[in-house]
Amino acid sequence: MQILQLKDTVAFMSYRKVAVLLSIILMAASVFSLATNKLNFGLDFTGGTLIEVGFEKTADLNEIRAIMETNGFDDAVVKFYGSSRDVVIRLATREGVKAEMLGNQVLDILQSGTGDNIDMRRIEFVGASVGDELAEQGGLAMLTALICILVYVAFRFEWRFALGSVIALFHDVLLTLGLFSVLQLEFDLTVLAAILAVIGYSLNDTIVVSDRIRENFRKIRVGGPEEVINISLTQTLSRTVITSITTLLVLAALFFQGGALIHGFATALLLGVFVGTYSSVYVASSIALALGISKEDLIPEVIEKEGADQEEMRP
Amino acid sequence: MLNKYPLWKSLMVLFIVVIGAIYASPNLYPEDPAVQLSGLRGVETTAVTLDTVKSHLDENNISYASIAMEKGQVLARFNNTEEQLKARDLLDDIMGEEYSVALNLTPATPSWLASIGGTPMKLGLDLSGGVSFLMEVNMQEAIVKVQKSLVDDFRTGLRGEKIRYRSVKNTNDSINVQFRNAEDLEKAETFLSKQNRDLLFVSNEGNLTLSASMTEQKLKETREYALQQNITIIRNRVNELGVAEPLVQRQGKKHIVIELPGVQDTAKAKEILSATATIEFRLVDTEGDLGAALNGRVPGSSQLLKERNGKPVLLKKRVMLTGDHIVDAGSSFDEYSRPQVNITLDSAGGNKMSSNTKSNIGKPMATVFIEFKPTDRVDSEGNTIFEKVEEVISVATIQARLGKTFRITGAGSQAEAHNLALLLRAGALVAPIQIVEERTVGPTLGAENVQLGFQAIMLGFGLVFLFMLVYYRAFGVVANLALGANLVLIIGVMSMIPGAALTLPGMAGIVLTVGMAVDANVLIFERIREEIREGKSIQQSIHQGYDAAFSTIIDANITTLIAALILFAVGTGPIKGFAITLSIGIITSMFTAVVGTRTVVNAVWGGKRLDKLSI
Repeated sequence: MQILQLKDTVAFMSYRKVAVLLSIILMAASVFSLATNKLNFGLDFTGGTLIEVGFEKTADLNEIRAIMETNGFDDAVVKFYGSSRDVVIRLATREGVKAEMLGNQVLDILQSGTGDNIDMRRIEFVGASVGDELAEQGGLAMLTALICILVYVAFRFEWRFALGSVIALFHDVLLTLGLFSVLQLEFDLTVLAAILAVIGYSLNDTIVVSDRIRENFRKIRVGGPEEVINISLTQTLSRTVITSITTLLVLAALFFQGGALIHGFATALLLGVFVGTYSSVYVASSIALALGISKEDLIPEVIEKEGADQEEMRP
Repeated sequence: MLNKYPLWKSLMVLFIVVIGAIYASPNLYPEDPAVQLSGLRGVETTAVTLDTVKSHLDENNISYASIAMEKGQVLARFNNTEEQLKARDLLDDIMGEEYSVALNLTPATPSWLASIGGTPMKLGLDLSGGVSFLMEVNMQEAIVKVQKSLVDDFRTGLRGEKIRYRSVKNTNDSINVQFRNAEDLEKAETFLSKQNRDLLFVSNEGNLTLSASMTEQKLKETREYALQQNITIIRNRVNELGVAEPLVQRQGKKHIVIELPGVQDTAKAKEILSATATIEFRLVDTEGDLGAALNGRVPGSSQLLKERNGKPVLLKKRVMLTGDHIVDAGSSFDEYSRPQVNITLDSAGGNKMSSNTKSNIGKPMATVFIEFKPTDRVDSEGNTIFEKVEEVISVATIQARLGKTFRITGAGSQAEAHNLALLLRAGALVAPIQIVEERTVGPTLGAENVQLGFQAIMLGFGLVFLFMLVYYRAFGVVANLALGANLVLIIGVMSMIPGAALTLPGMAGIVLTVGMAVDANVLIFERIREEIREGKSIQQSIHQGYDAAFSTIIDANITTLIAALILFAVGTGPIKGFAITLSIGIITSMFTAVVGTRTVVNAVWGGKRLDKLSI
């Protein structure tokens, strides 16, 4: 079976100005949204207490809110989680109260207030300082990952490709974060993990493309860099599409089957895989091209000399 | 010949997959409900304990599947949870004082598998249910305490050397000594710097002060000591909780992670973890009549306490010294290589000890360990009532006038001496700790997570399986074989690594690996199709396809591995679980997708004359 049967080379690069413009607009929108809407940080980063309780029948959120309020928890955020029998209650960090005891206290209040049989599903308490440290560490982790990858790709390929792929990664991370900010989806630790996985996935794609571009620069003697890149993108397109399909298939399985706890994770990866596939075709290659990648840059020096010698001897 | 592997290479691939399958197989066996007993505070579990447990169970007609010693613990397996719960309650009642009695689910791994180290995967807390705490050690407090004891040391030291000073004070990060004249300042500097080699001294002749600050090295040691001490104490307490497989581990520079699988009553756990303990040294009342005291006639100035082995001791009520004067305690051997405990006190403690022991040489001195344990009762305001539990942990004869450092010999075995030292240190916690993070997962959510994760893996696996089959036909079957082998290898490796626990994000990592692992095969197969289209022979195309895709696959996977390893380094708990499965998955998938499929392809199609390929 075959999904894509391409006879001719697709002139990807002729649309690159449109793509670059699109990317710039999307990135600017992401930055804008991150600056104004900010991210909807989860408990892991903000600190506070979260209680997830399961009811035997559909829970009445208003009743729970009222119970919380009468007991002095005015700031409690009460929401359904996954199903209408699961309720999550989130409390901000409070001064002077032994925060680690809050969870059990809330559980008791709800138990006596609703008179229902309540199942404690989980209680999480995160101190404020821990959240700050985590945010710092998370940012640092992403930065370290980008730098390590930059170094590896520069070492294996060429600095133009390295810069291209790292900008592509940055682009992917920014757009995914931007979407999380626009949609106000909760950003917790699993989402951070997913974003690092997006970095891995998107890079996978970019490397496959770059590898083919390098190979074709060596093999194809005619045609400028733009044409070589077009040929390479066309050749790798069916692989790019198929791998995206298989990855999207498993992510869909996670999204629909993995439960509420893994929802954010699956969402981030789903978004990231779309953006990553697009960026490996357009962003990384466009940048390498814009930086003036050429045949000479990709052929190891020793081989180049040998080739030059032979050409002289031939006539 | 093209596309033929030597036999040994094929066998090797088979061998690796079989090994993976063997180590993955313990996960298929169900778990038996069990009760485990481990000794508390130096009590050893022996064959005698085993027999005691057996006889108690027999007497009460509780049937068990087996009882055995495993890893220094007595483990009794039962046929159902009902018997298990009955046994736990019974054993806790009878033996709970000396042993920690915990419920456990023990894998029913066949003995031949267990003997080659086959164990099922450990489940993280989000799957097994339980509570995890992150505790932070207050390092500032630890350093202040050391500084305070240094101030005392300076005062006594200078007084002893008859060097006159105006004042000794500790400021934020240094200790300042003020003198009356330059001569004293100089003498003091020579003396103190010789005494305290791990301090940095700076003298200021202008205002006649000498300031001492801790070196980086000393600060680091102090922090390290505070952390280690807290870990030791927490381990001790966690053992009392009766949790089957607790984990106490340092994390970073000032944090301690505590994981208690299966624990639901977090309030009790928290109280035990934050219980306070202290030590007191008191004289044994040798004049009082022990027999009369046992009958209820305790002299007014004395108190009747029990030793660990239940032997009663009559002690004077007056406390010679409290544990907060203890700076350090460690165990070693004396000149006759008998175990001993070395104790170091601060100077005030040394002085007190010296004056209190002066007139009591030859008399026995008892060390009392006092703990405030939470009870089931609550007071009118709903706070838990703490019960003061006093226990005599050692009785030793005072051989000479004791000072700042002394030792206790005759504490029994080396393990007991070590334990005594630990308890002595517990009485003087250097730095207070605080819970900064807590996550509790209820048993229903845990079980649900396992089910959901399992379903997601199966569904994702099934979808990819079907897709590859339809898209690549015969070669799709080969890729699917590799995918199956990859799943087996991931589970096998996860089961083999002792520290790796499967978490819900970890399961997501496995799902993701399934999706991404086929990438290598897609790369190879697309390349083979391309080569065929270009008109190369079938065998040539297969060969070229694998060859050309290889370096791409390596590059692509190594970069993903970099991201996964960084995630492993910064992540905690569930996230670490994701990084682990992702890293393992990347490595095993490279093996199965490249070497594994090649082996099958070579065996089926290699070396034959072919006109068409089902790809």
